[in-house]
Amino acid sequence: MTAEIQPDHRIFVSYIDKSREYYRAQGYGNPYRWAYHQDAPFAALQKPLADARVGLVTTASLIEGDSDPEPFSVLPVVYAAPVEPAPERLYTQHRSWDKEATHTDDLDSYAPIHRLQEAVACGRIGSLSPRFYGVPTVYSQRRTTEADAPALLRLCREDAIDAAILVAL
Amino acid sequence: MSLCARHLEQAGIPTVVVGSARDVVEQCSVPRFLFTDFPLGNPCGAPYDVAMQSAIVGMALGLIEWARFPRTTVQTPFRWPDDAWRTNFMRFDHLSPEVLQAMGEERRGHQAARNARLAEREP
Repeated sequence: MTAEIQPDHRIFVSYIDKSREYYRAQGYGNPYRWAYHQDAPFAALQKPLADARVGLVTTASLIEGDSDPEPFSVLPVVYAAPVEPAPERLYTQHRSWDKEATHTDDLDSYAPIHRLQEAVACGRIGSLSPRFYGVPTVYSQRRTTEADAPALLRLCREDAIDAAILVAL
Repeated sequence: MSLCARHLEQAGIPTVVVGSARDVVEQCSVPRFLFTDFPLGNPCGAPYDVAMQSAIVGMALGLIEWARFPRTTVQTPFRWPDDAWRTNFMRFDHLSPEVLQAMGEERRGHQAARNARLAEREP
């Protein structure tokens, strides 16, 4: 298919609109109500970035070796895993990304552990947390705010990170 | 993920969300957001494009460093080679109602089974 830029519509994709119509067409009754806030908290970095320990958070999951589980068999759990050695791959098939347009065979395209290690090597950041963190995408804001986000915070505090990069697939 | 960023930030840890679903992240409101207008899956740069990935990670780190206000969005300069994905993702107008219904039934079945396993694990 050729490019279909339509300047009489917004150019960037609305995933809220797309997913609502897609799942409605599949017989889902109540559309998902996405998180909505009018403001956001803000914390300033308390030290120079070159002295700071940075943590990486991903929505991908850990996977055993070459296994290829069914998407819905992977349970949504919060985890931490070593960045050294970096995992050869993470499991992403259970996330809603564009499996026709691209792939996730390159870890650094969605969990840039090596790029962050390079940032340490050149002195841009002080250190990378010894572990990276995984949080599942669960379509329950209550579960995220009451269980998963506090669990993530505990892991980040254990590793004394100063800042976090959170990458959503 | 955006809700997690808000939670960490409230606890005093500065965060940046890196992603490609602009409406979802901005509607949630996060402290800092680095947006790349790519199909979902490679928000940190095209696969195996080390230079692009380094640039995006560098911009994310920079945002932690210099953003002074919450809800700061920065868009990276990168473009996907074509735009067909904008139309094709989650497209369903070529599918019959019967096919769509069957897709929904299958997905609901998987979801119910997973939720049952989850309930066993976390009573």
